[in-house]
Amino acid sequence: MSDTLAPVQPAQTTRPAWRVRLSRLDHKGSPYAFVAPFFIFFGIFGAFPLIYTFWVSLHDWPLLGEHAFTGLENYQNLLQDAQFWNAAKNTLGIFVVSTVPQFALALWLAVTLNRKFRAQTLFRVGVIIPNVTSVAAVTLIFSMIFAKSFGLVNWVLGGFGVTAIDWAAHTWSSWLAISLMVDWRWTGYNALIFLAAMQAIPKELYEAAAIDGASRTRQFWSVTLPLLRPTLIFTTITSIIGGVQLFTEPLLFAPGAGAIQGGTTRQFQTLTMYLIENGFTRFEFGYAGAVAAMIFLLVLIISLINIWLVRRLVGSD
Amino acid sequence: MSPTMRGTRRMLAVTAAAGLALTMAACGSDDGGDAGSDGQITLKVSTFGTFGYDELYKEYEAANPNIKIVASNEGDLGKYTTALTQRIAAGSGAGDVVAIEEGAIAQMVKAADRFVNFQDHGFEAGNWVDWKNKQATTPDGSSTIGLGTDIGGLAMCYRTDLFEKAGLPTDREEVSALWPTWDDFIKVGKDYVAKAGGEAKFVDSSTNSYNSILMQEAGIAPGYTYFDTEDNLVFDSNPAVKKAWDTANAILDADLSAGLKTFTPEWDAAFKTDDFAVLGCPAWMTGNIKNNAGDDFAGKWDIATIPGGTGSWGGSFMAVPTQSKQQEEAIKLAKFLTSPEGQMSAFGEAGALPSSPKNFDNPELKDFKNEYFSDAPIGEIFIDGVRDLKPVYLGEKNQAVRDAIENDLRSVEQGQRTADEAWQQAIASAKAAAGV
Repeated sequence: MSDTLAPVQPAQTTRPAWRVRLSRLDHKGSPYAFVAPFFIFFGIFGAFPLIYTFWVSLHDWPLLGEHAFTGLENYQNLLQDAQFWNAAKNTLGIFVVSTVPQFALALWLAVTLNRKFRAQTLFRVGVIIPNVTSVAAVTLIFSMIFAKSFGLVNWVLGGFGVTAIDWAAHTWSSWLAISLMVDWRWTGYNALIFLAAMQAIPKELYEAAAIDGASRTRQFWSVTLPLLRPTLIFTTITSIIGGVQLFTEPLLFAPGAGAIQGGTTRQFQTLTMYLIENGFTRFEFGYAGAVAAMIFLLVLIISLINIWLVRRLVGSD
Repeated sequence: MSPTMRGTRRMLAVTAAAGLALTMAACGSDDGGDAGSDGQITLKVSTFGTFGYDELYKEYEAANPNIKIVASNEGDLGKYTTALTQRIAAGSGAGDVVAIEEGAIAQMVKAADRFVNFQDHGFEAGNWVDWKNKQATTPDGSSTIGLGTDIGGLAMCYRTDLFEKAGLPTDREEVSALWPTWDDFIKVGKDYVAKAGGEAKFVDSSTNSYNSILMQEAGIAPGYTYFDTEDNLVFDSNPAVKKAWDTANAILDADLSAGLKTFTPEWDAAFKTDDFAVLGCPAWMTGNIKNNAGDDFAGKWDIATIPGGTGSWGGSFMAVPTQSKQQEEAIKLAKFLTSPEGQMSAFGEAGALPSSPKNFDNPELKDFKNEYFSDAPIGEIFIDGVRDLKPVYLGEKNQAVRDAIENDLRSVEQGQRTADEAWQQAIASAKAAAGV
């Protein structure tokens, strides 16, 4: 390299200026060119729909017919819309009911899978299987399991003398059933991510802790959990995004006409369902756009709270 | 990875994913038919559910060798109407000839400029009953965007074997005589439930009866349901709505409903049980019963008249969107499919009740007996009622309001609300669904 470089140095002065500029551009510009495809695609499929949806939300925009600019009127109405707040409450409620036990279970699974035992790989692959099944198929089967007159759950409960529960009819039972569907799919996935993070923790830390006399439980709380912090933030954020966008499970839980309303008293209508109801049942695109913008805001706020919370809870580095 | 980079990536992930939440479903589209260089013309026909057009397509292609028909069918009406509305709004992808259901026609009439006006193309009004034409025509009468296919004449389907067990008559004329009014119907129901014992109920659901009664009452007066003909929401002031609501609640009060949600897997499965014995039965419902109950129940069903007089619920139209590049040929095909002869073919294939008065005296229809329904003279039962029906106007947002009201009625059925609470809720739901 050095002897090829040497003759180049003096030759540089004789090089035409445009070539120098080109070379400099290549140096500085090519990284941008390499990342450009992502941003171009994001621009077309991410940023444009995002901005356009916001633009639509400032209008009275029926699917067929005239559009009229109404400014922030949709947002004003939305803030006073009991059905919107009901959907927000359901979304957050189902999120909490599903995510808290899911994370506890996933952590426990990860710790268990992290130990040495026979057929490790088999079990590790096993926990991810529910995640690769189709969400619609899972929901349909769970709906059958929770069916009122011929469902498995009611049949088992019947054995204990409990009268048949109409799972879709009550708030608590529908949230529980939907949370179970979510957890069925995502517990294993999160467990694997936790497991990967746990295996990245240096063994020396545990050895040192063991020498200091820390029990296994103490090691978990003082070594494993703090070092899982970035992973916890990641999984929580993906769960929030998934939770706020929860759609298929509650939609297919009570299928048929008006399924988009999420139950007879809207007891399990989520925000995305309310968005679709406004867009595609009522054909009010402007209002649906406003709901979409509110979902965006909600994800942003909860994510920030989450980052702050995890930092507080598990200590900061 | 540095902490700042991690932070940036985190924010990016949040923003990107939240952006996904914002992205509303894009609609797929493909262009309508194109004339090939060899003069071959492809026509795209979109329908939902069962139209019984397969024979007609073959016949038409045989008679017009230069035409190729590409038919697409969607099982779910709600999905179909949503997709169609999007494509009509987007200006492409809708197909050359499209089916529009009764509940969606008002919305399409509002956008009449996006459809071919059949009045400019030799519209023969006499081919359809008057009220059917009115549904597809603009209020000023200047534009007709749809040609009628079938109608949903109302009747009552019942299980003869269960009636016999409960000691009720099984002959369709005697059964019809049991319930001239809905009050009588409820009395018969109470009698049935008492005698049948156990968990057996009389009707499948409250909503099915509700919808039938609403269309009946609205047909008598005032000729509209949730919206008046100027599209003002009249949910709480229309006596027809209140009457249908009260009657449906009386059925619930008497504990006659099996509490099923119509058109769900649970409802489908219940046809293979003895959970209920009667079912409000628009003509197209006979197809659902046959499919759901299956061969084991052949001959165990029969059809009687519906309490409270006649009515029609459901039925469709064929329309040609102006976005079609083959309008002339598409118009010809739409006319062919909906002609009196075409309607008879669809009746033969799928039991779709013709909407043309020219067919009402056709012996093929009049004397038709449905084997599955104990040889019931379907034509006679359904036709008698629909001949002189008055049109019922279903507003632009009929479907949204109907979905909301059905849900409120179901909340009474499931014991979550009293009838009065649900009525107050229904008034609010109707307003929200109508956007007022």
